[in-house]
Amino acid sequence: MKFDIATRKGLFSVSRKARGEWQIETAEFLGDNVSMVLNDRRTGTTFAALDHGHFGVKMHAREAGGSWREIATPAYPPKPEGLEENDMWGRPLPWSTVRVWALEPGGSDEPGTLWCGTIPGALFKTRDNGASWQIVEPLWRHPKRREWMGGGADLPGLHSVAVDPRNSRAVTVAVSTGGLWHTDDGGESWSQRGEGMRAEHVPPELTHAPIAQDVHALARCPASPERMWVQHHNGIFVSSDAGRTFHEITEVQPSAFGFAVVVHPTDPDTAWFVPEIKDEKRIPVDGRLVVTRTRDGGRSFETLTRGLPQQHAYDIVYRHALALSEDGTTLAFGSTTGSIYVSEDQGDSWSCVSHSLPPVYCVRFA
Amino acid sequence: MATLEFTANIQRHVACPRREVAGNTVRAVLDAAFADNPSARTYVLDDQGALRKHINIFVDGVLIRDRIGLTDPVAPDAAVHVFQALSGG
Repeated sequence: MKFDIATRKGLFSVSRKARGEWQIETAEFLGDNVSMVLNDRRTGTTFAALDHGHFGVKMHAREAGGSWREIATPAYPPKPEGLEENDMWGRPLPWSTVRVWALEPGGSDEPGTLWCGTIPGALFKTRDNGASWQIVEPLWRHPKRREWMGGGADLPGLHSVAVDPRNSRAVTVAVSTGGLWHTDDGGESWSQRGEGMRAEHVPPELTHAPIAQDVHALARCPASPERMWVQHHNGIFVSSDAGRTFHEITEVQPSAFGFAVVVHPTDPDTAWFVPEIKDEKRIPVDGRLVVTRTRDGGRSFETLTRGLPQQHAYDIVYRHALALSEDGTTLAFGSTTGSIYVSEDQGDSWSCVSHSLPPVYCVRFA
Repeated sequence: MATLEFTANIQRHVACPRREVAGNTVRAVLDAAFADNPSARTYVLDDQGALRKHINIFVDGVLIRDRIGLTDPVAPDAAVHVFQALSGG
């Protein structure tokens, strides 16, 4: 079993040698900011999004057994002459890719199709395995899109894409901040979803507005796609109707705040989170790095600590940095302090792979 | 013909050798250079064709003023340098 780690200073690949024994095998793009990695099992292609800062965002791909090559990068359409569009801070909104923040395969029946979410909040699609990208115009031109705001970054960002495994044209995306958006027709038309979520950081009249929700991450159960889990700025929410309505789960210790969530591939009631102190601190509660797990749809949570540092740990686990293997047995996560932990028993116990990698943005099983 | 030279830092990502190009504005010079080196374009210009935020262009040692339209004039024997700002960690 293998997984890849996208970090501030390179892309690393980790392989299992024996039970509890995992090693970093390769280090690529060393020194470069790798914001996203994806292993597409349908085609055997691995994708990496690089942020060269001064020189912009670039996408690279590698076929199985091949070498990395630069491919097309999602690019925004020409901004209409005279259009004034500002971000929430009053500065001109860039119609230019600032960050690749989501990269997901399309359905199993459409190899070569991928979805890419970006900052500033937009969704792109490729049908030719990344040789070219098209912005999803109906979402970009949606009048409500201009009401999206910054959350995870100064600019709005589209960070989660959940394709319905029963119907590849039904796709739900999540925006920080802008809530959930859904298409049933492959992206031609979009509607807001996500009733029942609650935002504390906005005026009362917006608290329950679906567009005001700061979803940190959206996870969908492959075997039971009506079930969606949301790690939200305000806490944890769960849906049993494909994101139309959500139920808030408040009884979570040590905290319901965090960024990442993964759901078991066949058991929709089992999900994992990495809690932090909310808002003003954003560090693990009491300096103890823990993972929380529910096995009963959120009615109760276990706090998993074995093998994780329980004093002076200040790791933050970003929204794409917690991963679950396809068979649901193995978890891996990476943190802002460059630590990598793996569990081969669904989180009961953890082993450390590294304490010294660059800050981690994304972990994905190969 | 103007002389166009790119920062050494860009060469790690995409080859941009020093060259002579025709053009009487910064835009024309860059267009001419990218016409036969298209992969370099997005390293220097953003999706709207404006100069990337942390890239600077000097014409005969003078920082250009129009970072969006790239209309600054370029004399036939001018030296055009594409540099990047140093920042970050």
